[in-house]
Amino acid sequence: MQHKRNPQLNKNGELIHLLSTEGLSKQLLTHILDTAENFVSVSDREVKKVPLLRGKSVFNLFFENSTRTRTTFEIAAKRLSADVINLDIARSSTSKGESLLDTIANLSAMAADIFVVRHSESGAPYLIAQNTAPHVHVVNAGDGRHAHPTQGLLDMYTIRRYKGDFSNLCVAVVGDVLHSRVARSDIHALTTLGCAEVRVVGPKTLVPADMAQMGVRVFNNFDEGIKDCDVVIMLRLQNERMNGALLPSSQEYFKGFGLTPQKLALAKPDAIVMHPGPINRGVEIDSAVVDGPQSVILPQVTFGIAVRMAVMSIVAGNDA
Amino acid sequence: MSTVNQGQIELDAESIYKEFCAGIKPLIKPNTALVGVISGGAWLVKRAVQDLSLSSPFGVISSGLHRDDFAHRGLSDGGQTKLPFQVDGADILLIDDVLYTGRTIRAVLNELYDFGRPSSVRLAVLVDRGGRELPVQSDYSAVRLSLAPGRKLTLEQDAGGRFNFSLESKSAT
Repeated sequence: MQHKRNPQLNKNGELIHLLSTEGLSKQLLTHILDTAENFVSVSDREVKKVPLLRGKSVFNLFFENSTRTRTTFEIAAKRLSADVINLDIARSSTSKGESLLDTIANLSAMAADIFVVRHSESGAPYLIAQNTAPHVHVVNAGDGRHAHPTQGLLDMYTIRRYKGDFSNLCVAVVGDVLHSRVARSDIHALTTLGCAEVRVVGPKTLVPADMAQMGVRVFNNFDEGIKDCDVVIMLRLQNERMNGALLPSSQEYFKGFGLTPQKLALAKPDAIVMHPGPINRGVEIDSAVVDGPQSVILPQVTFGIAVRMAVMSIVAGNDA
Repeated sequence: MSTVNQGQIELDAESIYKEFCAGIKPLIKPNTALVGVISGGAWLVKRAVQDLSLSSPFGVISSGLHRDDFAHRGLSDGGQTKLPFQVDGADILLIDDVLYTGRTIRAVLNELYDFGRPSSVRLAVLVDRGGRELPVQSDYSAVRLSLAPGRKLTLEQDAGGRFNFSLESKSAT
């Protein structure tokens, strides 16, 4: 049987699209994180811009709402000197009945170089990557429940920045794993980077049954799941994706799985707390933890710019 | 400065380095900041600061974010720029191992200006191998060579800090 090539890589194994952290090697993930390290310091320069994407056009195609991700992609592209076009697709052509591929064909005709795509349907960025012109690169900014690779990478960058090597770390991903593309991207990246222990913590209704197959330990008890962890990644309770009664109420959820200072005390004393945002204070996390000394939630946002600069400059530098 | 022809002489990197140290000494004023181009120039600066007992500020600079061949070579791995002094108004002596097309120095000048406006920038290199494609010249070179475009001259440094040159034929890019 012929081995199918990873659609994110060219024949030399170089990254041409970023669609998922799944299937990327440790070497490639490390290369992205190392490259991001170079871009973090660009914010400290007198001129906060580098010319790597000068003359290139980055189209932000957000078929689903987003503020933080779209804004950080926009800042990242502008710091790379690209021209940025933000399209609120949900309110334009598709609402008039145009197909996804027709929209892409039209935008390609406007000389796009990079598409940053967010879509509520899992796999939409793959479809675009497979049907776009060879010189166009696609970066997944979140597709359905499937993947959010730049969030996964910025989480890895944040962990590496605060904790160094992954090989001695215990990382707990806590909350609504069922609906979370961030959780999947984090887990794939953590296991590839050699994290010693990855835990998934949440109520049975919000943790998929097959999770253990991804190389993680599943805990349905918060106290046990968080005990002695180095990193706690809290996930947002995704009310907008909930169909059916998966939870009694958000208050009940907070009682069982909300991160309070008392619960955090079960983790290691120097544990860091992360959250992909937006935060539901008092639902999955207490305000005292969000604003507390162990929280690295705002640095995550800052690092997100450097990581997205790294991803866009790497894919743009590689030919299909 | 020595002038040699390609193939005529073995390049003894250590003795060229000694000549280089003697040659750059008059170029260094009390307020001159030394800046080494990553990677060979950065090794040179770190060693020269020690060997010449300089108290001058020094830093390292990467051409990576301003290279004109990014579109087909992509981003290269390597260190990042660290300039632990005020670039605005500084007198800077750029140091590199091999001066060839001039494209690296063009990129490095752009990188430097992202940090401020120096009062002056000069360039000292270990070897000027000819083959310029841009109007870039050095203020000092320890050796001047004429190498064919197909040859690749690279400075190497061993674990003990000693320099060595490798000269290879490369495929056209």
